[in-house]
Amino acid sequence: MHSSARRRVLPGFGLTLGLSWLYLGLIVLLPLSGLFLKTFSLSWAQFWDTVAAPRVLAAYRLSFGAALAAALLNAVFGLLVAWVLVRYRFPGKALVDALVDLPFALPTAVAGLTLTTLYSRNGWYGQHLEALGFQVAFTPVGIVIALTFIGLPFVVRTVQPVLEDIDADVEEAAATLGATPWQVFTRVLFPSVMPALLSGFTLAFARAIGEYGSVVFISGNMPMKTEIAPLLIITRLEQYDYAGATAIAGVMLAVSFAMLLAVNLLQRWTHRRFETRPGTG
Amino acid sequence: MHPTSHAPRRNRRLVSGPAPVRWLLIAVALAFLGFFLVVPLVAVFTYALQKGVGAYFDAILEPESWSAIRLTLLAAAIAVPLNLVFGLAAAWLIARFRFPGRDVLLTLIDLPFSVSPVIAGLVFVLLFGRQGWLGPWLAEHDIHIIFAVPGIVLATVFVTFPFVVREVLPIMQAQGHDEEEAALSLGASGWRTFLHVTLPKVKWGVLYGVLLCNARAMGEFGAVSVVSGHVRGVTNTLPLHAEILYNEYNLAGAFAVASLLTVLALVTLAVKKYVEWKAESA
Amino acid sequence: MSVVVEQLTKRFTSGGTPAVSDVSFHAPSAAITTLLGPSGAGKSTLLRLIAGLELPDSGSVRIEGVECTHLPVQKRGIGVVFQSYALFKHMTVRQNIAFGLETRKLPRGEIEARVDEMLKLVQLEELGKRYPGQLSGGQRQRVAFARALAIQPKLLLLDEPFGALDSRVRVELREWLQSLHEQTGVTTLLVTHDQEEALEISQHVVVLSDGRVAQAGPPEEIYDRPATPFVASFVGGTSVLRGRVRSGRAEVGTLVVEAPQSAREGEAVQAFVRPHDIKIAKPANGSNELTTGRVERLKSVGGYVKVLLKLPSGETVTVEVPRAEFDDLGVVEGDHVHADVRMAKVFLGDFAI
Repeated sequence: MHSSARRRVLPGFGLTLGLSWLYLGLIVLLPLSGLFLKTFSLSWAQFWDTVAAPRVLAAYRLSFGAALAAALLNAVFGLLVAWVLVRYRFPGKALVDALVDLPFALPTAVAGLTLTTLYSRNGWYGQHLEALGFQVAFTPVGIVIALTFIGLPFVVRTVQPVLEDIDADVEEAAATLGATPWQVFTRVLFPSVMPALLSGFTLAFARAIGEYGSVVFISGNMPMKTEIAPLLIITRLEQYDYAGATAIAGVMLAVSFAMLLAVNLLQRWTHRRFETRPGTG
Repeated sequence: MHPTSHAPRRNRRLVSGPAPVRWLLIAVALAFLGFFLVVPLVAVFTYALQKGVGAYFDAILEPESWSAIRLTLLAAAIAVPLNLVFGLAAAWLIARFRFPGRDVLLTLIDLPFSVSPVIAGLVFVLLFGRQGWLGPWLAEHDIHIIFAVPGIVLATVFVTFPFVVREVLPIMQAQGHDEEEAALSLGASGWRTFLHVTLPKVKWGVLYGVLLCNARAMGEFGAVSVVSGHVRGVTNTLPLHAEILYNEYNLAGAFAVASLLTVLALVTLAVKKYVEWKAESA
Repeated sequence: MSVVVEQLTKRFTSGGTPAVSDVSFHAPSAAITTLLGPSGAGKSTLLRLIAGLELPDSGSVRIEGVECTHLPVQKRGIGVVFQSYALFKHMTVRQNIAFGLETRKLPRGEIEARVDEMLKLVQLEELGKRYPGQLSGGQRQRVAFARALAIQPKLLLLDEPFGALDSRVRVELREWLQSLHEQTGVTTLLVTHDQEEALEISQHVVVLSDGRVAQAGPPEEIYDRPATPFVASFVGGTSVLRGRVRSGRAEVGTLVVEAPQSAREGEAVQAFVRPHDIKIAKPANGSNELTTGRVERLKSVGGYVKVLLKLPSGETVTVEVPRAEFDDLGVVEGDHVHADVRMAKVFLGDFAI
């Protein structure tokens, strides 16, 4: 598929190479390296005092915990939605398929406003939940719901193409070998989509950790209780505590990068291991 | 591959479970999506119009909303073309050439996706803020970036950086470059080849990338919130304006503004579906 | 008779042309039977009906005397090797082979022993821990065989098993398949569009055309005594010559053969001639002008030479001459040579290939 490193027949190599790196450097790398320099200019004590403060730890716990819960929910329902969209036919399927991307396209603030209003005491959902004794808005549960909303497309969109690509022959082969439909699912189909499911889960998780817009409205922002880490960064900034904001952000950034790396490694690993290389006879 | 006879695929026995299971799964999936996506979507417009159509338009047409709309359009008008040019150049580079650092470039392009929007705003405050690296110099020369329009534009460009590349790159890779080589062999110049051969092939991907980029540019909240300073009528974008209205308990106004952004999201999704349909029927 | 198929019909669209139409045949026990036919002849559909991957509209399938037309695929105990191999990508070679044994809930030790046996059979002992993605095409194919054979099937079905491989490997694997069959003795049904493959490896051939059986029998019979013009033209790279019936005999060039009984005087006949059933010679004096052909083209193909002859009638025939014989002849393009048709299969009427 690709031209090899041999001669470059196609034009524009120098131009596009220069332009890509220049723009990437100015817009992304320069600002981000500023953050890293700032992080490293902090003394260890300064850094530790910030990130180990009870309020910050509580915020991390909440951000990571809620993100994990939301990503797990999305893994379960995302797999279900992908399965239903690939395997079954029902009226309105195309519309449903299009709608899955809504959280990608809808501004997070709109999601936050809407979910908060829906789950607040007088909202469509909130009034019924209230009657049952549940409170969702301004609690960690509300945060999980907002994060589930924004992470929803990740699992569906990573699992769906893999599920579509599974060769019908493979399922038939399993059936001729005596496998029941349930065995075909658990032993052949599920393991095949597992790497994609894991990728989607990690992407949803990573996205949820840093999410801000959809959460600030519904979380209530009570220190130690419903205050997420990104909000704490903003609070620090508003107090002109750049060092504190940077320290909190540094930890989050490190975790995000680690997860990005994990996804890449996972994809490479599955590719190397399972992908069919061209038959050489 | 040899020519072989194939049984029609429609009759293949794919695992789907017995009918009751099938309907149960469909029902659960649809209930989940309805609960999480459809109802909120309906709610936006219902809340926006709860005080009537007149109130709706009043909320949108009041001066502060207008200035928010203008600023939002301005930020998008700068961010989208910049990212479009970069996106096309980087997609061409990565799809067509093998060179040292290609994998690194590919990974770095995704970086803004994996950074929290709040951190995206923070990096610009650290650079240009009052106590930032360049803060004193900027103050000396009376240049305002943070808590001003340039900061909003910068943050928007940052968070929307990967969209066009991400949409165009897979299409360019899938299509190969035989046609480009044919055009070149026929004596076309590099630019001519790009404009008349490459661009038409990837135009739908470009369109969708631009729309996603635009939707995010207009809808970005976290990063813009950090650098904006929330000066009403000056540094408020539409999402920030919706937040302010909401915090003032002006629910109908907040949702009126939010509904504009929701329409934008729906248009984006419709175009996506259209692009996919185009690609399939091509 | 191990596999007996009776009046099997399958339509994919109601009212449409049947993919398989009223097909009856049998496949002898412990032999390799080939379903041979061009694309769209219905051979893969027939195989899928026998496997239980499709259900017939009518007709029946009996395997070893057991009626199994409506038996679910899981219960049939048939080994299938798919054209794409359909290996489980996320499982190692061992796990692939063990799969069918595990669904039968055999004890672990028995499974391991059986897998070892299968790996030995297909000569992949060293590769048990590899994933299919790490194997070559030929190796993957052998894994597919091992997986299908592990369940000790009553019947082995092969759908174009060599279709995805390059020609050198195909020839090797044909021999391998024959020796594998000698070792296992499993009744085997193989689908192919390659007549050479069919004639070489099977003991019984069923030729299919447009969803129907055109002829069934041992390979020699199919080759030497084709029952229909279709079989004559599909099997054996034949040329077609036109002739007439004269005094109860069919005359095609120098060749005069018994005409079919129903032939009327003057009726048109067609003769299907195999490339090696024509002998060419330098024209002798007084040879019949009608049987002298012009050498249009010479193609050297390994051990023999293909001679394209244009007859005075305008018809062209392909003749294969062994290399040594050809060198003795000393013929060049443009020469006129005498063509002697030694054997042909004659059918009445016009039949267009």
